[in-house]
Amino acid sequence: MRPETDTSENTATIASDGDGFVLDSRDRDAILRERDHFEQPQAACIEALKVVQRRHGWVPDGAIPAIAEVLGIGPASVEGVATFYSLIFRQPVGRHVILVCDSSSCFLTDYEALRDAIAARLGIGFGQTTEDGRFTLLPVCCLGACDQGPAMMIDDHTYGPVRPEDVAGLLEDYP
Amino acid sequence: MTSQLRYRCQLHQSARERREESHPLTWRMRDDGVRVDLAEYVSKDGYAAVSQVLNGQSPEEVIDTMTEANVRGRGGAGFSAGVKWCLTLKGENIPRGYLVCNADEMEPGTFKDRQLMEQLPHLLIEGMILGGYANNARFGYIFLRGEYIGAARAIEQALAEAREAGWLGADIAGSGFDFDIALHTGAGRYICGEETALINSLEGRRANPRDKPPFPGQSGAWGKPTVVNNVETLCCVPSVLRHGADWYQSLSGDLSNDGGTKLYGVSGRVNRPGLWELPMGTSGRELLDLAGGIRDGRALKAWLPGGASTGFLLPEHLELALDFDTIAKAGSRLGTGLLTVVTDQQSMVALMRNLETFFARESCGWCTPCRDGLPWTVKLLAALERGEGEQGDIEMLDKLANDLGPGKTFCAHAPGAAMPLASALKYFRHEFEQGVTRPTGPAHAEPIPVGEV
Ligand SMILES: Cc1cc2nc3c(=O)[nH]c(=O)nc-3n(C[C@H](O)[C@H](O)[C@H](O)COP(=O)(O)O)c2cc1C
Ligand code: SF4
Ligand code: FES
Repeated sequence: MRPETDTSENTATIASDGDGFVLDSRDRDAILRERDHFEQPQAACIEALKVVQRRHGWVPDGAIPAIAEVLGIGPASVEGVATFYSLIFRQPVGRHVILVCDSSSCFLTDYEALRDAIAARLGIGFGQTTEDGRFTLLPVCCLGACDQGPAMMIDDHTYGPVRPEDVAGLLEDYP
Repeated sequence: MTSQLRYRCQLHQSARERREESHPLTWRMRDDGVRVDLAEYVSKDGYAAVSQVLNGQSPEEVIDTMTEANVRGRGGAGFSAGVKWCLTLKGENIPRGYLVCNADEMEPGTFKDRQLMEQLPHLLIEGMILGGYANNARFGYIFLRGEYIGAARAIEQALAEAREAGWLGADIAGSGFDFDIALHTGAGRYICGEETALINSLEGRRANPRDKPPFPGQSGAWGKPTVVNNVETLCCVPSVLRHGADWYQSLSGDLSNDGGTKLYGVSGRVNRPGLWELPMGTSGRELLDLAGGIRDGRALKAWLPGGASTGFLLPEHLELALDFDTIAKAGSRLGTGLLTVVTDQQSMVALMRNLETFFARESCGWCTPCRDGLPWTVKLLAALERGEGEQGDIEMLDKLANDLGPGKTFCAHAPGAAMPLASALKYFRHEFEQGVTRPTGPAHAEPIPVGEV
């Protein structure tokens, strides 16, 4: 059984099984608000995962039953969704996430040189995080910035065209 | 330094060039690219179509006008919006359903919906209100890909403005019609753009496509009639209803049977990549000229007319009208209408390896030809690219392209992967043949030992 929850204060939390994950009460409220947009609570599942990820940087195991409980759905359906979508991270990521477009228009404008320049600079490849926990590097589908390829994102910002020689300066802005 | 590298949409027509009577999608956009807010939108005839239609026309009349104008789906398939709306279940005993805007824009080479949403979100909202009215929908969703942070912000601001001003909510414009819209942002995966996968994703499930029938218009989100339309399609609606089907048809004049204008674009190694709103049926040649031709003194080798899932065309096809029927007749698809240009020094084998790697990664894994066939295709292409292809590899690719074709899988993802492959093999076979340097090996045993070679 889960511990009692106290929702009266901002510090209230829902503790859950697993790794001692604690769902922030503000996140809980955000998830409940999202739930009201839809006919059924399951629909708020993806947004719930994103809410947790915004706070923690990724979705720890313990978040799965916590979200399931708030939405009143089975943990398996939350987990199934969490592992399907590429922008839901089920492992810790760096403070900044770099998404490099590897689709056709960027391929034709030499995304490979950009990817290699980033990889060389950071000493990591796709799917890896720098040892200092600063950057995670991931490939992404067409970012809808094809006219300015090669394109990439760092956190919420989209850049393009980015030349290999731009990489060092660009990364500096993300300490 | 960093801010100079920020991506900015490139609409290469100035506000002076973009006229209300000829550029229904973009004439309200500003030269500085700042979002057109509610006050400016209203001052530019914004929401006039909503006031006019909700108080003067029946949903059936709206659908008739849309059908007559022949607004064909801009998400890539080119299905008439009016005909689709006509097929939505409506009536006394039918619950009111949903209008869903497909804003998942992830088709490689496509960057048009981003522009519309970041700079002119009220046009989309107005189109959705009208679409909601025509389809008797009770609520609308904008399904936006998660990476479009700027578009999300623009849409949220516009939704709040529209709600505040009474364009959304109860009794819109005193008509008695209730409608509101929520923004749903996605979490990655190209397959979410397929309309039935999108509905699953909206319901908070894995984005696997659904079997058809039932079509979404019969039973979609939560079992209710659901209409899914692309951003650009919905952005066409206000002007069609404001100025009529004949006016809309006349925009494309003799160029095409498809009415209206299209947000066309060009990417790849050209001098001036970007977007233009042009009459439907503009030729590829004219578009490429606007894009300043091929960069660095190179020549055009091939082009994709509308994204990764369309078939390659050659320089000789540039004279064709960029409309759905003409491009289909040439063996490709108009798709999203944004050209991807390949120059003479770029390898088709390498490009195909890149394209199929994308399709393989983005397969939802439901059907065997797609789940197993695509990684196999990538393997063969990668070997050919390294010059390590075996006798029989090209024939195997022919077979795979055929097995992935229309009607053999649950959704159009696999046929989308097959079309560029089949056309590349047809037009540039010699490039693939150059990669064959070895005798037939174990990979060609029958049946294919999937996962073993
Ligand atoms: C794999 C796949 C991905 C798709 N992605 C998109 C997309 O990102 N945006 C879109 O509007 N349509 C996309 N479509 C097409 C939709 O299924 C659907 O046809 C379209 O949203 C209907 O809108 P329209 O008639 O207004 O074009 C995709 C189709 C497939 C098979
Ligand atoms: S064709 Fe591919 S993407 Fe479409 S349902 Fe089948 S496996 Fe999934
Ligand atoms: S292909 Fe890279 S942004 Fe579109």
